[in-house]
Amino acid sequence: MPKRIEIDAMPEGCKLFYRDINRQIRKAIADGYDHIVLRNIAGQRYIGAGLKGDYTIEVFGDAGLDLGVFSEGLKYIVHGSSEYLLGNTLNGGEIVVYGDSWDITGMGARGGSIFVMGNGGSRIGIHMKEFGDSRPIICYGGTVKQYCGEYMAGGVIVVLGLDFKDAIIDPKKPIDRDNIDAKLVKNAAGPIVQSDLGGGIHGGAIYIRGEIPDELLGVYAKKEEIDEGDKEVLEPLIERFCELYGVNPDFIWKEGFTKVKPISSRPFGKHYTTTPI
Amino acid sequence: MTTVKDKMLPRFKAKIDYETCIKCGRCGENCTYDAIIFNRDEDMPIVKSTGNCVACQRCVTFCPVDAIAITPYPVEFAPHGTWTPYHIRGVMEQARTGAVLLSGMGNDRPFPMVFDNLVWDACQVTNPAIDSLREPVETRTYIGRKPKNLSITKNRGKFALEDLPANVGISTPLIIGHMSLGSVSYNAITAMYRAVEDVGTMMGTGEGGLHKDHYVYRDNLIGEVASGRFGVNPDYLKLGAIEIKIGQGAKPGHGGQLPGEKVTQLISDTRGIPLGTDALSPNPQHDIYSIEDLKTLIAALHEATEYQSPVGVKIAAVNNVAAIASGIVRAGADFMTIDGFRGGTGAAPRVIRDNAGIPIELAIASVDQHLRNEKIRHKVTIIAGGGLRSSSDLIKVIALGADVGNIGTSALIALGCKVCQQCPTGKCSWGIATGNPVLANRIDIDWGAQRVSNLLRGWTHDLSEVLGTMGIDAVESLVGNRDRLRYVGPNPREAEILGVKHAGERIGTGGE
Repeated sequence: MPKRIEIDAMPEGCKLFYRDINRQIRKAIADGYDHIVLRNIAGQRYIGAGLKGDYTIEVFGDAGLDLGVFSEGLKYIVHGSSEYLLGNTLNGGEIVVYGDSWDITGMGARGGSIFVMGNGGSRIGIHMKEFGDSRPIICYGGTVKQYCGEYMAGGVIVVLGLDFKDAIIDPKKPIDRDNIDAKLVKNAAGPIVQSDLGGGIHGGAIYIRGEIPDELLGVYAKKEEIDEGDKEVLEPLIERFCELYGVNPDFIWKEGFTKVKPISSRPFGKHYTTTPI
Repeated sequence: MTTVKDKMLPRFKAKIDYETCIKCGRCGENCTYDAIIFNRDEDMPIVKSTGNCVACQRCVTFCPVDAIAITPYPVEFAPHGTWTPYHIRGVMEQARTGAVLLSGMGNDRPFPMVFDNLVWDACQVTNPAIDSLREPVETRTYIGRKPKNLSITKNRGKFALEDLPANVGISTPLIIGHMSLGSVSYNAITAMYRAVEDVGTMMGTGEGGLHKDHYVYRDNLIGEVASGRFGVNPDYLKLGAIEIKIGQGAKPGHGGQLPGEKVTQLISDTRGIPLGTDALSPNPQHDIYSIEDLKTLIAALHEATEYQSPVGVKIAAVNNVAAIASGIVRAGADFMTIDGFRGGTGAAPRVIRDNAGIPIELAIASVDQHLRNEKIRHKVTIIAGGGLRSSSDLIKVIALGADVGNIGTSALIALGCKVCQQCPTGKCSWGIATGNPVLANRIDIDWGAQRVSNLLRGWTHDLSEVLGTMGIDAVESLVGNRDRLRYVGPNPREAEILGVKHAGERIGTGGE
């Protein structure tokens, strides 16, 4: 039976410092709680930094930089948006954001899944890598900007290009699945990704819903149509996305996906010579 | 297309004296560069290809009758003051491959050595020297942020210090710098870890993660967080100290690449990366584009380590190192490593290794003075490295402003390295810079640990003896004590930047 505790980050109208929030989280874990609810978060940084274990941290409000940085195995749910560096160097677990998450989401992640309902900025999933069974996943419901998947060494990035703006039933309430009217989810109007997609990629794959022009590809990246193997990768992932945000999978599959993958796992292999001279 | 004209002239010649040779075959077994092989049919060693010899001296060392000599190859290029073999060979190889020349070890160019222009002071008559063999000379040093002043509380008659920032104590102001598992072998790194534990000092893990066998040394390790974030996980963040690597003296501004062939199962497990793919550390850290961003990562690491480990930043010594250092202290770093342009490497583009960065002596003097002027020097522990060849370099770098010296190449020489610069090839015959487990086993870990401990202890003894002769009873009194140094080199401007007086310069007018 999960033990739940609530922490108010704005007690008596006074904003708690991140250090105090993390201290309270650690104390709650030490006291045996495994579901920690943070109320009134207003941009505090480093929430849950470096934690490891099977705990759930639920954030109400907008999270600051570095949510879940270095952590392993936790589940974070953010009923709001996140600032830069969500899941920086993530080692495992799941992060679910009911809002946007801006630049450098999942930088250097080695495991875990990150689901974002809305849009992202640049450098999403930069230098993610996979190892053994540990395969990081980033799935954006909305659109992202330049340098997505730059230097990627493993894992999966999915960008769906959906627009949830009209689908929020009551914008004044925290967003969760019950507050989304899936029938009103549309395809995003603008471009789904921007330039330098997968620049320097040498492992893993990026799946974009829809077509992308060649000139958006970065160096050492190439695009392909998806095959059965890719579908096997995408299906559970999209199923999870739909479960989290209430979207109908048929709506997502209505459009095809484009896969962006590395030209080589050793893009710079011929760039250097080690002959003794 | 490779033709005979692409042939690189041999640099060395291995000569076997068959009159003394006892045909034991050790030379052939030991040569990893395919220069000498043992011909089983004729029961004798032969020089297979003299061009392959790199003068690693492995065969010479293992020949029980000293029957092998490695000499420079008799036919050199025609002598030329400008077109030296260094340049001609570089042009030839790049004309053949069109690639970047990779090199190992530190800067190979004959730049003037500032350390060699410095001498230090000793006690005579007016202040007594300390006999370090019988009297205490403190070499213990603490890495971490120091408060401006101490707050002491009294509770029920007991005194207590209030909230000191985390510091790690080391028995000597001498640590081993960052080397990753991958750039050096499992045996080499284990020997060094064991040595620092034995001596009570620290070593950097490099950006290679930490192998599960090595967590026992955690209190003596500085975990590196670099641009590839290899092996960084919650357990890794519980090491003695954590250091963010921005730059390395051998290749300022350049990242790192462990070529796919070196990413073996051992490396793959330790770094958490796929087998056989290039392990690429990008040049910048993609979450650090400013001092403010650096501050963010330092704070994230402080949070993740629950403020139990000091968090440092390592940079290469470059033109504006003093201003950058000031920014790093203000970003909240507890310690800072400055790596001079002679710092070593397992692999760096030769053009960068040999030309980028500035000497550590000038960098450290400049940083120390700049932080003193800004009244923030006390906040940070400064670790200096990049070509410390002996205890004298260590002592001089401390007097110029460093709290701690770090060594890399010196520790590898203790393990057998002969500085042949073939690290990037992975063929290291001494079992140091290689991922090949058979070669790695050439280092007996107990023997290696003993050798490295001996080296660290030897330099520490040197330091105590010298401190005694200077009349200084604790090494922290030597830190930045540039008044105890004198300059004997050719360039007064250099002395000025170092903040060191010229030898023989009189102080004051004394009674005239």
